[in-house]
Amino acid sequence: MFGSGLALALFAGWYGFPRILYRSETQPLQFSHAVHAGEKAGMACGDCHVLDAAGRFHGIPGTAKCAECHSAPLGDSKEEKMLVDDYVTPSKELPWRVYSRQPDNAYFPHAAHVALAKIPCAECHGPYGQSEAPRVYEVNRITGYSRDIWGPNISGIASHPWEGMKMDRCVTCHATHGRRDGCIDCHK
Amino acid sequence: MDSEHGKNARFGMVIDLDRCDGCGACMIACAVENNVPPGHASATERTGITWMRVAAVESGQEYPAADVAFVPMFCQQCENETPCISVCPQNAVEIDPATGIVGQIPQRCLGCRYCMTACPYHARYFNWRDPAWPEGMDRQLNPDVSPRMRGVAEKCNFCHGRLHAAKAKAAAKGSREIDPADYVPACVESCFQNAIVFGDLNDHESEVAKLARGADTFRFLSRLGSEPKVYFHSTRPWVKEMAESTLTRSKKENGHG
Repeated sequence: MFGSGLALALFAGWYGFPRILYRSETQPLQFSHAVHAGEKAGMACGDCHVLDAAGRFHGIPGTAKCAECHSAPLGDSKEEKMLVDDYVTPSKELPWRVYSRQPDNAYFPHAAHVALAKIPCAECHGPYGQSEAPRVYEVNRITGYSRDIWGPNISGIASHPWEGMKMDRCVTCHATHGRRDGCIDCHK
Repeated sequence: MDSEHGKNARFGMVIDLDRCDGCGACMIACAVENNVPPGHASATERTGITWMRVAAVESGQEYPAADVAFVPMFCQQCENETPCISVCPQNAVEIDPATGIVGQIPQRCLGCRYCMTACPYHARYFNWRDPAWPEGMDRQLNPDVSPRMRGVAEKCNFCHGRLHAAKAKAAAKGSREIDPADYVPACVESCFQNAIVFGDLNDHESEVAKLARGADTFRFLSRLGSEPKVYFHSTRPWVKEMAESTLTRSKKENGHG
């Protein structure tokens, strides 16, 4: 009796709860990082995700960046045709769901981490540059933030260093590297 | 200090009260830069939010000796026994050892307003309401500064968003040392009279450090020993005397109810 109650509670907590908490959304385009960053196109992360001379990181590139190569379809994929017809030709921006969107008061300078500390992109982003398609975007129904902020494991335990984007992850890494930062160094 | 963190700075200001003509451009620039919403219709000098406020102070003498000084008053970035830090029960105020800037952390603030009582300069303000901007004005918000919520105190932080931007620009070039020209607070930039000089007081060759050491430079309420990093300059004796007394305040502010 106790065993079945425990099993039911664990099932509800581990399987049921995340399904209630998160709503799934699909990205507007099944973009393949593997094609672009792999051998076929051989692009570097910084070719599209630009860190400019003023130290501002531009994140997801706009349609104009796609149009530099895809003003007309290069291949015969359905996704590429959709990109050209629905977004590039009418110069419309893709309504990407942003996995990394943080609360307004969080400040993360890519310049300090990438250009100064020379941390490789994959150290925080994992093997996302080799993915065939964007993950399903899961949004927390209560907070409105992506599941990537908490991390895929509902218990909050990360099995890879790039899982989860909570403040304790920042603090742990900064402490390991002996950084002494005040609150307003990472908050605005 | 060590190369890993870059050298420590002590940012400060020198304001020439003989140059300030009280135009109020600094107040506007400050509010726009730091996403301070327009005051509510019922806001008073006490309940409104003005990180930077220019006060008109009269000498009290009869004509022809009558004189007026305009005093921009804002957080003086006290360095010693910083009053707001010592009273805060939440550790929501801290002094950054790398810059000397007294920072306010709204998310930690519980809204007791003890810091406002403790501040000798009346430089702290309270959000009595959630910030609201008129239709259209919300589109000009500064993305580098997060608006504060109802129920927390706030104050000048030497345009910390601009320091972030300057640091990011230096970092993009692989440097930890910011270019002083990249970090200029909004009030300094907007002053038509060039009455405000900003910079690193630790850099003895900087203009601000030279002016701070110079003649006729003083600080408000220096007898309290809180060692503010905002200096004022005036050759007028009565202005210097006034700096050691409390500011003349309007009848509205001093009144009860």
